[in-house]
Amino acid sequence: MAKKIQAELIEKKQLTKDIYHFKVKAEEIVKESKPGNFVEIRVTDSTEPFLRRPISIYNLDQEKGILEFIFQVKGKGTEILAQKEEGDSIDIMGPLGFGTFKLDDKKNIAILGGGIGIFPLYELAKQAMQKGIQVNTYLGFRNKEYVVLEDEFQQVSTNLTITTDDGSYKQKGFAIDFLKQDMQNNKIDCIYACGPLPMLKAVRELAIQTGIDCQISLEERMGCGIGLCLGCAVKTAQSPKDAPEYYHVCKGGPVFKATDVEI
Amino acid sequence: MNTKVNLAGIEMKNPVTVASGTFGYGREISQFFDLSKLGAVITKGTSLRPKNGNKPPRVCETASGMLNAIGLQNPGVEYFAQNDLPFLRKYDTKIIVNACGSSIDEYVELCKILNTLDIDGVELNLSCPNVKEGCMAFGNSYDGVKRVTTEVRKVLDKPLIVKLTPNVTNIAEIAKAVEDAGADGVSLINTLLAMKIDIYKKAPVLANKTGGLSGPAIKPVAVRMVWQVAQAVNIPILGMGGIINGEDAIEFMLAGATAVSIGAGNFIDPYTSVKTVEGIEEYMKNQKIDDINQIIGVVK
Repeated sequence: MAKKIQAELIEKKQLTKDIYHFKVKAEEIVKESKPGNFVEIRVTDSTEPFLRRPISIYNLDQEKGILEFIFQVKGKGTEILAQKEEGDSIDIMGPLGFGTFKLDDKKNIAILGGGIGIFPLYELAKQAMQKGIQVNTYLGFRNKEYVVLEDEFQQVSTNLTITTDDGSYKQKGFAIDFLKQDMQNNKIDCIYACGPLPMLKAVRELAIQTGIDCQISLEERMGCGIGLCLGCAVKTAQSPKDAPEYYHVCKGGPVFKATDVEI
Repeated sequence: MNTKVNLAGIEMKNPVTVASGTFGYGREISQFFDLSKLGAVITKGTSLRPKNGNKPPRVCETASGMLNAIGLQNPGVEYFAQNDLPFLRKYDTKIIVNACGSSIDEYVELCKILNTLDIDGVELNLSCPNVKEGCMAFGNSYDGVKRVTTEVRKVLDKPLIVKLTPNVTNIAEIAKAVEDAGADGVSLINTLLAMKIDIYKKAPVLANKTGGLSGPAIKPVAVRMVWQVAQAVNIPILGMGGIINGEDAIEFMLAGATAVSIGAGNFIDPYTSVKTVEGIEEYMKNQKIDDINQIIGVVK
């Protein structure tokens, strides 16, 4: 059940020139949140900007009731959000999305993230490690300047591979290519991915070819975040007569089985 | 203090309901508050058969508002009757079904079914701008509105409200068609046909190219149209367009609306509709108004 609360911003960190890490006190939301869930934030009481901002959950501290999220300043809304100070209260609604990452009885998983798409994968990796699951993490960034959260992901991964498109830091190339290579001698149960569309398309293709279980977290322009407006449609992969032609990222997702959707 | 209103034969405990397509069939919002607090719930636009809707992107944000081109995605009347209606009936609120179709026959077939269901009224959607056939194609002329409404009236005994598009030259004339065809009420406005262009991709943001503008940006247009219609017809008006609080609602009622719908306001805050009920009561208290009906259409 989603809740709308006023959450106090208790810690604010700037990770890069335009990426911020917020910790908010949001006990009611935290206790019902699962890896892959997101929240909707209203950044102002005025109608400008009008809509809430969907932001993925980075980390959950169940004991302290603290919710952490990391976001990049991309427009008016996130710009206003970035100006909030510690002690300020934030209008936040969540947890949202019935499609979350499922670990089930997996033993040896791969986590594939690209750019700002890595944020919703942290809580998943953390929970997997706590369950004693082998976590093979592959994070890709454009170049050295964009690399974030390396130490944090190190702590929640059995193996961590960092790549940059131009080779300016660690491995040169795309993260998915390193995953593919490792899959030849490492029997992975499931791939969990979030990142830019070309990466998600590639991992979906990989899932189709190899038959490996794969869960991807999607993004689409959203109106309400709770299934009212039916705005954030994503095409269903196979349309048996009774299946709807579209799922909705905010409700059916944001995490889908890769082979269930067409992207 | 009396907040009860009679909208086209539908007794509402307060004048606040929700605009079709912004509230689903009530389930999502019911996790936030008791739907019995609303005067009525108006459902998502529902058609005879299920509809898939348009390709994404379907929504985008604009100045104090948003565009949508959902394309009337809905599970169809049969699914509604079996799954959503029993759920809504658990609440002490009126249920109005927003009915849409792509031909007169379809509207009539649908309303024949609706006439047999345990609902309180029908809002005939002659105004969706995001589908190729039906809806706005009928809604933008006196003759079109009169033809569909007359045929539907023949098969529907329940209160009939017709929802109009603002994308016309003379809204009063269109509202007159509704009255002349024997409907019980008129509802306005649906969204304004609009467009947003991505200047870097040099292409429309919405896959449908155009969409409907809603939100506070359209409120002054909506108030003007409600006022014009109130001067032209004698049937009650359900007013909407950018309402996000009690003060906005009062403005519509002063212009001539008997009841109001909250639309895009539901997206920014799931509590917008109940807060509007509270806001209206607060205004009545401050202004020493005993009966909300006293303010309807006061502004001439």
